[in-house]
Amino acid sequence: MIAELTKNERNGALVILAVLTVVGLVMAVAGYADPFGIHGGLVAIAALAGIFAVISGYFAPEPTLARFGEYYDTPSKIGIGLAMAWAVFGLFVGDWVAWLLAYPNATFDAGWSSFGRLRPVHTTGVIFGFGGNALIATSFHVMQRTCRARLPDQLTPLFVLFGYNLFCILAVTGYLMGLTQSKEYAEPEWYVDLWLVVVWVTYLVLYLRLLARRREPHIYVANWYYLAFIVVVAMLHVVNNLAVPISFYEAKSYSLFSGVQDAMTEWWYGHNAVAFFLTSGFLGMMYYYLPKRAGRPIFSYRMSIVSFWGITFFYMWAGSHHLHYTALPQWVQTLGMTFSLMLLIPSWGSAGNALLTLNGAWGRVRDDATLRFMMVAAVFYGLTTFEGSFMAIRSVNSLSHYTDWTIGHVHAGALGWVAMITFGSIYALVPWLWKREGMYSPRAVEVHFWLALGGTLVYVLAMWNSGIIQGLMWRTYNDSGTLAYSFVDSVVAMRPYYIARAIGGLMFLLGAIVGSWNIWMTVRMPAPVPADAGGDQPAIALQAGE
Amino acid sequence: MFGLHYRLERKAIGLVLGIMLVASIGGIVEIAPLFTIHQTVEDVPDMRVYTPLEVAGRNIYIREGCYACHSQMIRTLRDEVERYGPYSLAVESKYDHPMLWGSKRTGPDLARIGGKYSDEWHVAHLMDPRAVVPESVMPSYGWLARSDLRTDNLGRHLKALRTVGVPYTDEMIASASADAYGQTAPDTNFAAGVAKRYGEATNIRPFGATPNGGLTEMDALVAYLQILGRLTDAAHRPVGG
Ligand code: HEC
Repeated sequence: MIAELTKNERNGALVILAVLTVVGLVMAVAGYADPFGIHGGLVAIAALAGIFAVISGYFAPEPTLARFGEYYDTPSKIGIGLAMAWAVFGLFVGDWVAWLLAYPNATFDAGWSSFGRLRPVHTTGVIFGFGGNALIATSFHVMQRTCRARLPDQLTPLFVLFGYNLFCILAVTGYLMGLTQSKEYAEPEWYVDLWLVVVWVTYLVLYLRLLARRREPHIYVANWYYLAFIVVVAMLHVVNNLAVPISFYEAKSYSLFSGVQDAMTEWWYGHNAVAFFLTSGFLGMMYYYLPKRAGRPIFSYRMSIVSFWGITFFYMWAGSHHLHYTALPQWVQTLGMTFSLMLLIPSWGSAGNALLTLNGAWGRVRDDATLRFMMVAAVFYGLTTFEGSFMAIRSVNSLSHYTDWTIGHVHAGALGWVAMITFGSIYALVPWLWKREGMYSPRAVEVHFWLALGGTLVYVLAMWNSGIIQGLMWRTYNDSGTLAYSFVDSVVAMRPYYIARAIGGLMFLLGAIVGSWNIWMTVRMPAPVPADAGGDQPAIALQAGE
Repeated sequence: MFGLHYRLERKAIGLVLGIMLVASIGGIVEIAPLFTIHQTVEDVPDMRVYTPLEVAGRNIYIREGCYACHSQMIRTLRDEVERYGPYSLAVESKYDHPMLWGSKRTGPDLARIGGKYSDEWHVAHLMDPRAVVPESVMPSYGWLARSDLRTDNLGRHLKALRTVGVPYTDEMIASASADAYGQTAPDTNFAAGVAKRYGEATNIRPFGATPNGGLTEMDALVAYLQILGRLTDAAHRPVGG
């Protein structure tokens, strides 16, 4: 990896890492009495490890100009590895907390291992660790191909990738030590948030630099979605995380907003993290890998335009459906519900566009588990967005809110849509990146597919049942007009479903382990005779002259 | 329209600005008025602020992720009001930075838990929920009773809270650490100071009844639980009253 950097880039990397080491040490010294100091130490150690890596490769010969004849795929390759590692880790923690709801003592008598601290480790691990790395890795791959241009340099993409993972590690280790803002999906404390801003702005600038170098006059659909993902996540992140720290050497901060304004801001963020992280970014993935793998062009270009702007506009209004019947003014609740219903149109536009693209390739869907992953993902996307609009209706929400139904809904989206489209894309991408004929074991892809689908169905069906039972028990009256069930009655009724859910989650985890093994074996397979790149090259003639 | 888009697709910056514009509208229309429309949060003169000990307890509630299983927002539905008490008003979380309304009820709502049980019940329940409620799936929090409460930086906590809008006085900030202790030590001068600064209605008693006499995280958490729903009694008054 270091050998691919030019001399200037190696020096640049050393400067960045040296600055980071100093920052880490200052944090460690100033915050010695607080977990903040431990995070400082962690930053310094990570940066020192980086310095060591750069120095050990520092005197390797510089890359030749021949590099301009190829795309720069190292960050994508590392990103895929990191995504799979986070997937296994995040799913493991998720399944652990799932078992805790059936066997609450299946943990250690220590703060770090209790349910409330592990739960955000799970959500951050899978959403930001797995999902985020997969998005960064694929976005680098897709944008180079669709722009027919090489990444502008080698250092920036590596900075984005490793910087982002440092963010994830600080977030997760922070929760274990009890550092959290308690804002769902925005738990990391102020300094971790600031670091993400640095990484994210670099990511956006990198994307724009590449777009400026493109050899295609038009920006391909997939890139619109990746762009919306990067731009809007930045907006959401900055506004929702506004906070005042108690000092610059302690981790704790207090959010700028309180009460009802804070609730609205949080769910404006929370719902659009779903929209722009877990939907927009992954639609970008779908719009590139699904047509590629199916060997068919996107069904309708116009439908993709309408869906894109529909999603970008409507989603931002929908967050208040998380606050029906609360102290939030009713007019905001009504707006949220209305836009949530309208959102179904662009959502089904995208899902339909994907499925109609497959029309004529159903034979391949049957035979090719990779394409089947993507097809199932599009189906789950359609189902989940329908369910989401349905649950946003006030009267439905009065039953579903606060129950496991919400958890079931989220996992239909997270497992069925996000993870499935990612696995499908990764299985398509790995042989292309490492220039192999195919995956090491197509059978293992098949096994992973059925474990993932089976696990998702078990999970979602269990949570639908438990959620609806729970909601009904809480509102059932007996003949004398008093509430029929105590809260604990509903806790007892959940137990079989919690066990079923944990089994579904275990199946999904096993699938991810099989997938990781398969990817590892594919990478280790002997490379075939160096084949012709088959047109998978940037437009060099123009490029090298720059 | 599609012709226009055909041209927009050729401009990266245009696309970025377009996305920012289109994505901003919803948030601006829904969030900005919540700060300006006066009726959003009720006017309640008797609304009081959290004491330093309650702030510390609230931070433990946040740290341990209690909000992942418990809501603090009773909705305007008949069964919720009958199960948990009067529905929650916006003013009741006016000083909550951040709010802890929650999104999931694996356990019951806690918005009005204050005063429902004794301190001893809470301590026993937090130490081992299944000793109190055999069917419970709530985690045990035994280490809270073994951890000393950090009080030396409570002044900085209150100061930061004042920066974001909670009306703490200079005096409250200066005596924050002493007040945390004072709230658990009735019949001392420290306790008198707490009552003077935070009002006679403040709970002043040794919440966790910690054996070694020092303040533990358990004491702070119980102090916080016991104040939930009791910062004002506006929710218990008839509408408009
Ligand atoms: C895994 C989910 C979970 C977590 C995390 C959790 N609880 Fe609970 N809690 C429950 C369940 C289930 C009940 C109902 C059974 C019982 O009373 O133990 C409950 C009940 C309670 C009650 C009694 C409510 C009543 O009206 O009877 C209190 C008080 C409480 N929890 C406080 C806390 C605090 C404080 C924390 C954080 C330190 C916490 N809980 C964390 C699940 C949880």
